[in-house]
Order: sequence, then structure tokens, then C-alpha cells
Amino acid sequence: MKRYLGWIAGAALVALPFVYHAPYPLHILIVILIWSFAYTSWSMMGRFGLVSLGHGGFMGIGAYVTALGWNHLGLTPWIGIPLALLAGGVLAVLVAYPCFRFRITGHYFALVTLALSGIVLQVITATRDHTGGSLGYTPIRYQGGSSLYALQFTGKTTWYLIALGVWAAGLFIWYRVDRSMIRYALEAISEDEDGAAAAGVHVTAEKLKITVLSAMMTALSGALYCQYQMFISPDTVSGISISLQMVFAVVVGGIYVALGPTVGAVITILLAEVLRISFGTRAVGWDNLVYGVLLVLFIVFLPKGILGSLLGLRHHRAPTAPPRAQTEAA
Amino acid sequence: MGIFDIFLLEAVINGVLLGGVLALLSLGLNLVFGVIDVVWVCYAELIMLGMYGMYFLYTVYHVPIGLAAVICIVGVAILGVILHVVVIAPLLGAAPINQFLATGGVLFFLQSAATVLFGIEFRNLGLRLPVLKLSGMFISYSRLLAFAAALIGMVLVYLLLTRTYTGAAIRAIAQDRQIMTLMGVDSRRIYLITSALGGGLAGLAACLLVLQYDVHPFVGLSFGPITFLICVLGGLGNFVGGFVASFVFAELISLGGLYLDLEWGYVFAFVFFIVMMFVRPEGLLAPRS
Amino acid sequence: MLELRSVRAGYGSFQALFDISLEVRHGEAVGVIGPNGAGKTTLMRVISGLIRPASGSIAMEGTDLLATPAHHIVGAGIAHVPEGRRLFPRMTVEDNLKMGGFLPTARPKYRERLDFVFELFPRLRERRRQLAGTMSGGEQQMCAIGRALMSDPKLLLLDEPSAGLAPVIVEQVFDLVKRIRAGGLNVLIVEQNVQQVLRVVDRAYLIKAGSIRASGTAAELLASETIREAYLGV
Repeated sequence: MKRYLGWIAGAALVALPFVYHAPYPLHILIVILIWSFAYTSWSMMGRFGLVSLGHGGFMGIGAYVTALGWNHLGLTPWIGIPLALLAGGVLAVLVAYPCFRFRITGHYFALVTLALSGIVLQVITATRDHTGGSLGYTPIRYQGGSSLYALQFTGKTTWYLIALGVWAAGLFIWYRVDRSMIRYALEAISEDEDGAAAAGVHVTAEKLKITVLSAMMTALSGALYCQYQMFISPDTVSGISISLQMVFAVVVGGIYVALGPTVGAVITILLAEVLRISFGTRAVGWDNLVYGVLLVLFIVFLPKGILGSLLGLRHHRAPTAPPRAQTEAA
Repeated sequence: MGIFDIFLLEAVINGVLLGGVLALLSLGLNLVFGVIDVVWVCYAELIMLGMYGMYFLYTVYHVPIGLAAVICIVGVAILGVILHVVVIAPLLGAAPINQFLATGGVLFFLQSAATVLFGIEFRNLGLRLPVLKLSGMFISYSRLLAFAAALIGMVLVYLLLTRTYTGAAIRAIAQDRQIMTLMGVDSRRIYLITSALGGGLAGLAACLLVLQYDVHPFVGLSFGPITFLICVLGGLGNFVGGFVASFVFAELISLGGLYLDLEWGYVFAFVFFIVMMFVRPEGLLAPRS
Repeated sequence: MLELRSVRAGYGSFQALFDISLEVRHGEAVGVIGPNGAGKTTLMRVISGLIRPASGSIAMEGTDLLATPAHHIVGAGIAHVPEGRRLFPRMTVEDNLKMGGFLPTARPKYRERLDFVFELFPRLRERRRQLAGTMSGGEQQMCAIGRALMSDPKLLLLDEPSAGLAPVIVEQVFDLVKRIRAGGLNVLIVEQNVQQVLRVVDRAYLIKAGSIRASGTAAELLASETIREAYLGV
């Protein structure tokens, strides 16, 4: 029965835009899907205790490399996006490899990644002649707006399906990792690195693998965001606030569960929209205020996140404490 | 001296003074994060509140500046205690990342509260402090003050930690919290005292910062992360190290800004930090392990 | 001096001590022996306040310890040298000793107590500025005992002082205990090493699986079969 539930829900999601066309709700759904994918990408690392505050940087790289490649070099996003992914992956290796090699973990690792996202942000701002700096950057519209070559579409339905597909792919990757040896290796590593190494786990290699995967997925989310919104700026895609937002949304939604990050995205985006609609410009600031209070309450009282708590997982410790290697009911 | 040399010297000197500002900022955080191992991600936002406090006390209500400073310092000290009691204390037993996330929530909350209450406009204290002119170079007086305050603050904190019993307890508590009671130490009190001190130092930083910089709800984002980086770079809990690291950062930012855009200065500083983490993770002044 | 009556204690749902009653009289050195997992360390923690008992009573010279907040128990004259030494590794020997003298009543006597401890342990004086975590096991034990002595206690609780130490060092530690005792300090020692502890104490209790199985003078216990049974199950 559970199996069929998934397929039915999936079919319903795919059919949705054909039945219900209102552009605004579809827009919200697309935004939710893209951010869910971004948050899921972060949780690939976060669930194993590798808390990165630099993922805003990877998102920024994904967005800017794609846009710059298109505007300055005429590179179709079909080439630009893989390039962006490559850039993200390379940067991840460059920074993460020495970290893992020299056993930099916990606070220190988080701060290194924080510095990384700071670097990306500052570089984008400093190269303002090419990137537009803090004023933002716009990919050039191609031939009327809808083109497969330029990966630009005016129709919300098309974007919805693309976003849905990518989001689903993200979940698929999550599940694959969840059922793979890498998962057990990383859980062992997060519990006791020396012990895992003694048991024959290639600690640095495994950590690096998941980091690169996470970074590349996040870069993809940035590229997608860029192509959809057709406008990017350093604060909306990279920077510390984005990095923090990722962590928070995943924690609120549930870090050890596949759909946790998605729940987090739904909550945060809907909250922002509801407040914006109800209060208009007076709402500036209220969404983060509620969010901040919720986050504190969650961490103190409900550390497994909403979905995690509902599903009653057997992780008794607070999130991102080293998890016990247990099999969970999915 | 050629004109080029003057600019360089001025940048170096202003870098030193900026270092003083950064050192002052890192004092409180080093005490809380470095010594008792508690994570206050919202540390910069406490300073932001202190700055708003100074603005309202001095500019709006015309409280004499000395009194305003005292009220500000005490006020933020109280905020530090409240932060500990409400957010940190319930999380002391859990993984440190939870303190991180919870105080991150407070960060969002404070930024938003400030936005809602005060609006996003930049506010200025309206106090013009003299700028010293020294053989063709302009030296900011308020930065000199901050430098002096940082130095004095550092010395006082150092004396507290090394010469008093309370200071010894503060240093000990992060190393073995459970046995503190065996020596007659009330752990809760030590945390509260340290939180008050950390808050007070943040308040002091706010007083001096507001002399040079405008305040707005997101001002914390510009110096918050750097303050963390400085504490780690200097060696957690190492106040002299933090002082040195502040200057290194400040010079990188200042010199980078001299030759290139300001942002490149930050890039250099961040890259330096990352490289240092690989080379000397225990901090700049630590012996090679 | 110290009196426990019908103390029950444990960790969560796990009960470690069942109806423990024992006493340490003035001028005595008392030992608590028993095999691993018998509850000896739990007993120490209950006395020094690290754990609160579920029921029973503990009194020190008439003062009800259960009504005393944990961090005031050292003020009642009880100093606990925890299992595994538990020094502050990144503080110097002198700082560790200073922490031992944290008690407000002990602070005026700081210099005096410090000299006393250095007399007892000349090695510590040599190493006063060394980081405690870098010392050898034996030196750490000395420092831990010294730290406890800084509060000028009436009763010293020693939890497994021989743990992890080479036999030669163990000898030295117990010689030291004898000297401390000779100075008039009461001692309650919890130990696995029966031979060593019984030559230092007047009386002892045998504890196994949370209950007291036997008690008597050191000589009596050395001679009896009960110990061998308790340890070897034979």
C-alpha cells in the first residue's frame, strides 16, 4: 500500500499543472520545489554531522557560472550548467580535502565553510564590472523567451515539470545514498572517526565523495534558480543568510528523513508568503521573526524536526549529534 | 615621503586601529566561545542591539554619553544572561551544533525584531569625533579610542581569568563540567557570570562601534562572521592570540582595500583564514603539534 | 563522623546501591572493597553529591547531606578525589590546586595549604607550571589528591586510587595515604586492590552487586574467605 501511495502522489503532482493553471500558486510551487532540492542537497552532508555553512557559496557558483557563461561566452546552459557543477565540485574538493585530511571537523569545519561562502560573495561583489555586484545580474533573454537551447521558458507549466523532475531526482539520490555503503561508512565516521578508520573505512575519501555530491547538487539548484527567476543577486543566492537558512529549514523539517528538507521548504516559503499577503510591506521582518522563534523552540523542544518527530524515528539524540548506525523505517 | 608611501603608511596605521576595533569585538566572543565553549551565533546581533540602545539613549533621549555607555554595557550584559538562561542552559547537555542552531534562531529573531521596531534605515549617532591629522595622514580618533578600550579590556579579562578564583573556575568549566561541584563551584553561577561578562564586553564594543559606524538591523552580518574567524584563528580562549589575529585580519583588509577594491581585502582575509586552518588549526600563536 | 543509612541509588531505571549502611568514625580510615561493577564508585558519588540517592540518609557530623546543595558538600568537610583523577588537563598543576582551594573558607589558607601539599608531594612543586594533562599517571594522582587536600577537608574520599597505575606507583600512593592519615585526616577509600588497601585502613566493607556483604577490621577481612568468594565467585 505504501508503495502505491508514492506512485499515486507522484502522478497527482505531475498532473497538477494541467488541471490547475493559476500562475501564482504554480510559481510558489516551483520556488518550493527548487529550494527543497537545494535543502535536500545540503542535508546529504548535514545528516552525517558534516555541517556546512558554505552551501550558499555553491548555490552562488551554480547561478553565476551559468549566467556569466551565457551572457559573456554565449554558452548554452546545457554546457553552462555542467560547467557550473564542475566548478562547484572542484571548489568543494579544494577546500574539503585539506579539511578532511587534517581532521578539521565540527566548529572549525563549519567556520571554514562559512569563510568559503564569504569568499564567493565578496568575489561576486568585487568583480562587479562583470557580475553586476550587489545590484544583481540578469541572463539575456533569448528569442522571445522560450527556448530549449537557452533553457528559458515563459510557461509556468514547463518550469513546474522541470522543477518537479529535479526535485524527484534529488529524492532519488537521497534514497540511493541512504541505502548504500556510503551511508554506513559516514555514520560510523561521525560516531568515531578513528574507529571507522581502524575498521578499514577510507575516511577522507568517503567524506569527500558526499561533499562533492552535495556541492554539485547545490550548484544545480543555483543554476535552476537563475534560469527560472532570470535574476540573481549575491544576497539571494549566496552569502551567509542563505547558508543559515538552509540549515534551519532542514532542521525544522527533519534532517534524517528524505522529505524533511522539503517540509522545511514548504514551511519557510509559505510562512513568508502568508505574512507578505496578510501584512503587505508591514510584514517586512515578521517572517524571520516567527521563524527565529520557531527555530529556538524546535531546537530546545523538538530537535528531530516536524517530520522526524511525526515519524517517531529511533534517533533519541538531537539532530546532527553523531547518529547511531541504525536501520530506520523509511 | 612620496605620496604613495603616505597612503601605504596611512593604510597600515588605520589597519592597526581597525585591528583594535576587531580585537574589542572578539573579546566577549572569545570569553564565551573560546573559554566556556558556548556558541553565541547571535553575538553580533547583541552588539547591534547595544548600538541601537546608544542611538536611542544619546541621540533621541539626550542622555549624556558617559551614562548612556554605562546603561548600554549593563543592558547587553543582562541580555547575555537572558540568552544563557532561556536558550543555552537547556542545551548544555546536547551536541554543540544545537546551541549553534538555537542562537542562529535568535539571530533571525533579533534582526527581524529590529527591522519591525526600528525600520531598516541607517541610524547614526550624530557625534563627530575629531580626526587627527598626522603629517599628511588622517587617523580616526574613534578608532584610537576603540584600540585603547580593546587593550584595556584584554588586560582586565586576562587578569580576571588568571588571578581570581572565579576566573580559574571559568577556565576550568569547559574542561570538565561535572566535577566542578566537588570543589565547591556552582556551575550555573559560573555560566551566568561569564554570560554577563560576555554580554558586557559586547556592550562595550557596541559603544565604541557606534561612534564610527551607522546602525541598522543587519549590521551584525558585516562583522559577525569575521569575529568568529578571528577567535578561531587566534586560538580559542587565547586572548593574546585573538589580539594578534585581529591585527592580521585588519591589515589584510586594509591593505587589500588600498590596492584593490575593498571586497578583495575581505577575500584575502578569508583565504588566509582557510589556509591557516590547514597549517595551524590551533591558532596563530600555538606551537606546532 | 560520616553516616550512611539505608541508601538506595542508581542511574535512571538502573539501581546500583541497595540499602547501604556504613559509617566512618573519627580518626578512622575505612576501606570499601569489592569486584568491578559492585557500586563502589556510585557510593562515592552519592556521598560527595554528584548523584542524589533515591532514599536513605547521609549525615556528616550531624549535618544532613541530602539537604545540602551538591556544591556545598565540600564545605561540610568532604573532599572527593574522583575515579580517573579528573584533573583539568589544560590548566597548570598550580591552577588545579588553586581550584581545589576554591571554597571561600579555604581561600585565606591558600598559601599554607599549598605549602602543605608541596611538602607532601615535592614533585608537584617542581612541576607547578606544567600542564596537568601532560603528566604521568602517578603524578596526576598526586596532583588530584593534592587538589582535594587544598580545601582542608576532614574526610578524604579516594576513588580507586590505584586505577591505571604501575604497581610501584601504587605502593607510593598508598604510602602517601598512610602519611596523610598519620597527619590526622580521615579517609574513605574505595579500591579493587585488596592487598594494598587493607594495609592502610582500620576497617573495611565488602560490597558486591550493590549490597554490603561483609564488614570488619582489616585483619579480620584479610583472614576470611568471604573476599575470595566475592571476587572470584568461588
